[in-house]
Amino acid sequence: MSDVILELEDLHTHFFTDSGEIPAVDGVSFKVHKGEVVGVVGESGCGKSVTSLSIMQLVPSPPGKIVSGQINFKGENLAQATEKRMRQVRGNEISMIFQEPMTSLDPLYTIGNQLIEAIRMHRKMSKKEAKRKAIDMLNLVGIPRPSEVVDEYPHQLSGGMRQRVMIAMAMSCDPEVLIADEPTTALDVTIQAQILDLMRGLNKEHNTGILLITHDLGIVAEMCDRVVVMYAGQVVEEGSVREILKDPKHPYTKGLIRSLPKIHEKEQKLYSIPGTVPKVSMEHVGCRFAPRCEYTFDRCFSDDPELYETDVERRSRCFLYDDNEEQEAGSHVESDLRS
Amino acid sequence: MLAYTIRRLLMLIPVLLGMTLIVFSVVHLIPGNPAQVILGETATEQAIQDLEATMGIDQPYFVQYGLYLADLLQGDLGTSLRTKGEISSEILPRVAATFELTIFAMIFAIIVGINAGILSAWKQNTWVDITAMVVALIGVSMPVFWLALMEQWIFAQELGWLPSSGRQSSTDQIEPITHFYVLDSLLHLDFDRTLTVLSHLVLPAVALGTIPMAIIARMTRSSMLEVMKSDYIRTVRAKGSGQFLVIYKHALRNATIPVLTVIGLQTGVLLGGAILTETIFSWPGVGRYVYEGINHRDYPVIQSGILVIAFIFVMINLIVDLLYAYIDPRIKY
Repeated sequence: MSDVILELEDLHTHFFTDSGEIPAVDGVSFKVHKGEVVGVVGESGCGKSVTSLSIMQLVPSPPGKIVSGQINFKGENLAQATEKRMRQVRGNEISMIFQEPMTSLDPLYTIGNQLIEAIRMHRKMSKKEAKRKAIDMLNLVGIPRPSEVVDEYPHQLSGGMRQRVMIAMAMSCDPEVLIADEPTTALDVTIQAQILDLMRGLNKEHNTGILLITHDLGIVAEMCDRVVVMYAGQVVEEGSVREILKDPKHPYTKGLIRSLPKIHEKEQKLYSIPGTVPKVSMEHVGCRFAPRCEYTFDRCFSDDPELYETDVERRSRCFLYDDNEEQEAGSHVESDLRS
Repeated sequence: MLAYTIRRLLMLIPVLLGMTLIVFSVVHLIPGNPAQVILGETATEQAIQDLEATMGIDQPYFVQYGLYLADLLQGDLGTSLRTKGEISSEILPRVAATFELTIFAMIFAIIVGINAGILSAWKQNTWVDITAMVVALIGVSMPVFWLALMEQWIFAQELGWLPSSGRQSSTDQIEPITHFYVLDSLLHLDFDRTLTVLSHLVLPAVALGTIPMAIIARMTRSSMLEVMKSDYIRTVRAKGSGQFLVIYKHALRNATIPVLTVIGLQTGVLLGGAILTETIFSWPGVGRYVYEGINHRDYPVIQSGILVIAFIFVMINLIVDLLYAYIDPRIKY
């Protein structure tokens, strides 16, 4: 688990709209190791999807643009890569599946046609060989009667089946990283479990690194090795799944975990973090979570917190973990936190 | 696809029957006795009755309609009051002339229009897009007769590159087989003549095709922009496919349906009513034929003209519907 395969360093992706410049991804850094499953968690609009699209350079442009930062993939900075190079990377070395299986396949071409297109894009193969490979891939992702499905159209398949096809397509060139952007959000719970099982299996067998974008902590607990929590375009907490779920550091993560329904506790009302994700602008000052946070003090509204190292391989973007923070404020709040 | 085609063909029967009934009834509603009109004011009562009997117009309404249908099925459209000739043999070369002109006008409109639309969508909001759309706007708003006259003035009179009117040179007439002169000249293996015939087609085809070209360009652009934002295009790009494949394989085919609708409608419009262009370029088409019929109150000609134009409309719609089903596997009514 030591070799880093994908590393984001201070990535900034901004959207240039009529109402101003919006830093949708504002200095995001994290790593994915070989064969590791990393979860990216956060509410809608926190920049998870834009981060993943930035890695593939698929951010709709205009208005989106990677402004600065690095996307290091096997020692190469993809943020600077040409479109030609990116086409070799996409679907081959890094592939991606999306939230909406119902609309993610071209309705006018057969499953086989779309799979073969993906395979022949990156592998020298005859159409016949590619078709055989396509059937093998459908088989691998657990599609019944693959040799018939290969000639069917997307509208003849259910949502779960279409997501399996998407996974087959993404895995067909044996990528080193698979980015899954809310792969199960649009599916019902039993199908969700099947799709997650499938991804887990592929991760184990092929040693594919998975970047799993989700807002569902349950999925994170089940699937991931490490978690990156995002809020308003920034990483606010990072660490191993076990530690973060057991002992969250950042107030936002605490709130997220508290708002999970617990099956054994008869709580009358489900907890929710007050307020909503703010619209971030370039002029923002102070911690972005401060308006919704229970533990704020003066500095939270005037300074931008950094990601502070709290433990080995753990980081949190909160002044509570700043070693230079004045002891009085820190101890005061921290005792509050621990109670 | 086969079942759909058969179903769609069966649907033609009521449509065609309804069409003939309406055309037949409308002409019947026109006041006046045709026998009286033909024989004139001074005709005797006996002569009028005899003519009514030979024409069949003394029969009840539905018997007359039945006789009319029976005639139609044998390809008999009646006789022209003015020329006393068989309408079916008069109208056939006219229809062929209009068809030939329409085909070339639409080829021009489709090739230029679709590519301009694609280019515009691809380079959205750049000078390429703006130029193409301004040209399309001018094309849509320019009166056909003005464009036709300008073409004649510049390319025929001033530059002398192309003939200004007619289907072929007046001194050396072709012997018609299909009445499609391009095809006829090829069948005669007379390739010099093919060039002559084609040169006669250029100006009227461009004049006639300009409005459809502009409409197709604008429709293609908006449809492409819509499709380019869709999830499956993102998937295609995520596979690593190049821009060409994204646009010409996936986006264009998905954007085609509304464009195809416009193409079908515009083709119908051109086939039915290109009277202005046909007049300016002395093109012996069906529009002018019907126009002359109207001028001389030649009711059988008007009736047949309407029927033929309506029939062509129905057939174009059939082709468009079949193409829908061919392009989009989800369409199965």
